[in-house]
Amino acid sequence: MSDAIPPRPAPPADAPPLLTAQNLTKEFGGLRAVHNFEKTIHTGELVGLIGPNGAGKTTIFNMITGVYVPTSGSVIFNNQDITGIAPHEINQLGIARTFQNIRLFPNLTVLDNVRIAYHPHAGYSMSDAILHNAHFNQKEKELTERAQEFLGVFNLQDRQGEIAKNLPYGEQRRLEIARALAAYPKLLLLDEPAAGMNPAESMALMDLIHFIRERFNLTILLIEHQMRVVMGICEWITVVDFGEVIARGTPQEIQSNPRVIEAYLGPGAAALSQKYRRKKPHAD
Amino acid sequence: MTPNGTPNSKDTLFIQSLRKGWLGKVFLILIGLAALWKLGVSLADNPVLFLQQVINGLQLGFVYALIALGYTMVYGIVRLINFAHGDVFMVGAFVGFYTIARFQFHTWPERLFPGLPQWLVLGVGTVTVVLISMAICALLAFTIERVAYKPLRNAPRISALITAIGVSFFLEYFGALQFVFTPNFVTFERPFSVQNWQINNLGIQALPSGQSPADNSIIISNIALIIVLASILLLLLLQFIVQGTRVGKAMRAVAYDKQTARLMGINVDGIISITFAIGAALAGAAGILYATAFPQVYFVMGIIPGLKAFVAAVLGGIGSIPGAVVGALIMGQAEVLSAAYISTPMRDAVAFSILVIVLLVRPTGIFGEPEREKA
Amino acid sequence: MQRTTLFFLGGAALIFVIVQAMISFGLLNDFYVNILLLASVYAIVGLGLNLIYGFNGQFSLGQWGFYAIGAYAAGDITYWWTLDKSAHALMIALLAVLFCGAAILLLRKLLSRVRGVDALSAFTLYLVVVIFLVFIAIQLGQALSPAVSGLLSLLPDGLSLQIVFFLAVLIAGLMAAEISFLFGLPVLTLGSDYFGIATLGLTIIVKVLLDNSDTLLPFPEMKGARGMVGIPEVTNWFWAFAFLLVIVIVVRNLLHSSYGRAIISVREDEIAAKAMGIDIAHYKNLSFVLGSLFAGLAGGLYAHINGFLHPNTFNFIKSFDPMIIIVMGGLGSITGTLGASFAWAFILEGLLRVILPQGTETWRFVVYPLILLLIMLLRPKGLMGEIELPFLRQVLPPLKPKAQPEETQAEVKP
Repeated sequence: MSDAIPPRPAPPADAPPLLTAQNLTKEFGGLRAVHNFEKTIHTGELVGLIGPNGAGKTTIFNMITGVYVPTSGSVIFNNQDITGIAPHEINQLGIARTFQNIRLFPNLTVLDNVRIAYHPHAGYSMSDAILHNAHFNQKEKELTERAQEFLGVFNLQDRQGEIAKNLPYGEQRRLEIARALAAYPKLLLLDEPAAGMNPAESMALMDLIHFIRERFNLTILLIEHQMRVVMGICEWITVVDFGEVIARGTPQEIQSNPRVIEAYLGPGAAALSQKYRRKKPHAD
Repeated sequence: MTPNGTPNSKDTLFIQSLRKGWLGKVFLILIGLAALWKLGVSLADNPVLFLQQVINGLQLGFVYALIALGYTMVYGIVRLINFAHGDVFMVGAFVGFYTIARFQFHTWPERLFPGLPQWLVLGVGTVTVVLISMAICALLAFTIERVAYKPLRNAPRISALITAIGVSFFLEYFGALQFVFTPNFVTFERPFSVQNWQINNLGIQALPSGQSPADNSIIISNIALIIVLASILLLLLLQFIVQGTRVGKAMRAVAYDKQTARLMGINVDGIISITFAIGAALAGAAGILYATAFPQVYFVMGIIPGLKAFVAAVLGGIGSIPGAVVGALIMGQAEVLSAAYISTPMRDAVAFSILVIVLLVRPTGIFGEPEREKA
Repeated sequence: MQRTTLFFLGGAALIFVIVQAMISFGLLNDFYVNILLLASVYAIVGLGLNLIYGFNGQFSLGQWGFYAIGAYAAGDITYWWTLDKSAHALMIALLAVLFCGAAILLLRKLLSRVRGVDALSAFTLYLVVVIFLVFIAIQLGQALSPAVSGLLSLLPDGLSLQIVFFLAVLIAGLMAAEISFLFGLPVLTLGSDYFGIATLGLTIIVKVLLDNSDTLLPFPEMKGARGMVGIPEVTNWFWAFAFLLVIVIVVRNLLHSSYGRAIISVREDEIAAKAMGIDIAHYKNLSFVLGSLFAGLAGGLYAHINGFLHPNTFNFIKSFDPMIIIVMGGLGSITGTLGASFAWAFILEGLLRVILPQGTETWRFVVYPLILLLIMLLRPKGLMGEIELPFLRQVLPPLKPKAQPEETQAEVKP
């Protein structure tokens, strides 16, 4: 099914990138988690970020979304330097994210989870809220309807009254993506969206990612461990290991890159896989 | 302007100082300098008096340290602020009072073996009294933990906290009943008599009671010495238990990760009970030492020392044993020095101001591990 | 208006009228009226703390300190008015509160344009400005006081006292709110438990200052640890009920709005809230300031119940009372807080005093913690759990009939 979607034409070379990470470095008290990370993402791309556990992928996400302030380097988003800006401001500029271990608002309803994401665009003041005046009622109604419509897109509208923590795992993932998209971001960062999913579920997830990308005109940066997902949907892949970029290219290029195989499976693995590949035709 | 120094001409010095926190640092430094100035002036003014206060502070600080350890160990292991701990300290003091004043227990060696030298009788007797108090406090804390806290281990943390407050109230007001500890101030009889020494430029001389000391001399009492020595001994013992024994290793494992510790075959509930008991035993010893220094016991006497010790534990970094000791020594000095040089009623306010300021500089206390948030 | 709203307001009016009638006809003696007023005051304090802890998740033990600040501030204002018809305390406090409030709002607006302001530096800046403005307010207030006193004296005695009282309570609330804003600015950056301990420190510092209000602070009329007397007993059922009702509605309306959801999201998951564009520092501050505002208002009311204030009322041990009340009632439940504070006041101040025989007064605090323990052991989530009155409950908006066909085509497999 992933093959059904034709790869996008490469963006014009002179188009300004949506996101540029320059020399991003993060150190935790001497431990260098990420070193000189460079990445340019153009509008409309779907980019994968892979690497073994502890390679620094989530740290990169945290630097882009403002959770961590980089030790050095900078992040340019939409021609604006966003390095070191507070996370909530970065979100309001148009970068949304999901989390590796789902972070919903567990005791709130599905509807409220999405409505919170609309808060920066609520459109009424606190005095309106306290008085519950006509302006408030109208804006709140609009906001609620938008949120419900949105849940509809994600097939969660019948769940709106459910408490988020009571949802099954797959729906929690979907709700988290819905919540991230509610404020219409330009760039979506997905941190291991398929973690803990079985093949059927991750297949559905891939469809979902394709769908939201078309529907919301999104640019997506994705961390994933399931190779099937990454290789299936990403146009470009960047591989990091020990905080450094070790390879970048199309899925095909990455698949055969010996350094990548080595990083995942250990030294010598690349040679082994070469051998295996050569043997295979004989076996047929 | 980014933290990496991309210059931006619009930033004035003022805005820079807001961003980089210079203004706040100047504020803190000014407060610190004012405190240092005050201390320096007091020291220059009357160095002997100052030194005397420091010694008094040391004595108080070590008692606080013994109490603070109970707070810090319990917090480290179950993340509970055990408000009843101060009242366990009170019970310890009362147990000391009863064993000494009612039952004359500190003289048991003499009654059993008449003719023993007096110093041996008092030494062994006093240690016995302290041990009894420690044992009873440990038993009390063990019971409290089993009855009140254990059923709430999986409840919201606030429920356990409210329960701790309830236990604290119960211990206080049950103790205040006429047939328990009475609601009155009770004079604590010291097991031994006070012996003061004065230190001045003539050397050390014994100071007979009733005689006023010579000018410019520091007075040290046997009580201060006993408190400091006993506390250091108990601290070393605790250090040995935590670092050198199987139980200590298990305690550290449980504090680090209960779930994994359980999987490794550690009896987590048992270890938690032991932690409560050890903390309470130290508080019981502290109760007797405190009552020896300030010989009056009453049913709410545990509140303020308990609170101070708790502040000390937080100041040093709650969960950290050396932190509790350092925090307690700071608290002792702060209390005595501010009572001496600012004003007696302000000492609680000063103690808490120090706490708030330290937390602003180091949000988890002096020895505290930084809180890690993982996104 | 919706039916639940009508029911709620109707019910409130009914309760008010019935109780007022019982008071007017002498069915309730002073002892019980006192408990009723005290319960309303506790309910207001509790609602404030519930906003801070129950809804925003900030473990605060400072509520009692702000309550104390409110009580002494309001008490001092009406004290001077009843003593010699002098409005100088009123004018100074009013101007100080207004100036500082305006300055805080203005500075906040200015500072919000600067990214990444260090909390402690902002605090220092605010502090300097506030101290300066308070100084000006003292000068200006004293200058204006004769004129205002004269104007107020033209009114009938009872009316002018009510006006001064009402203003005093409002000033008390604002003062508590402004102090909490300043205090919260650096301290709210601490982790949850540490924040609780720092706020406990505030309560203790306030108590120490009140103990020495005649020596360390320039307020000889507060008489330090001897207790302040001479405050008019103005708080009655009408005032207590009116303040409580307004605050319940304000809290309810706020919580049922996007701002309320933002406040709750901070409790639920700070990191996720940040990632959703919620300025968590702002919402922590907001709920802390609002909660303290309510504590200050409650303090103002409390000061005028008995006309007597003593620092021991504001002991840090008592600062756990509001925490106990809201946990008993169920964290995050408005109805629970209301129920628990009335139950608490009636059982602790009323029932246990009445049913325990003479001479066993001390048993009151032996029985009370046992009840507390039992409730915590049997119902760790509070007596009421998450039950709310229909008006206070958030209704789920009805779903619109199925979305447009274009939407439904968006096929997303579960």
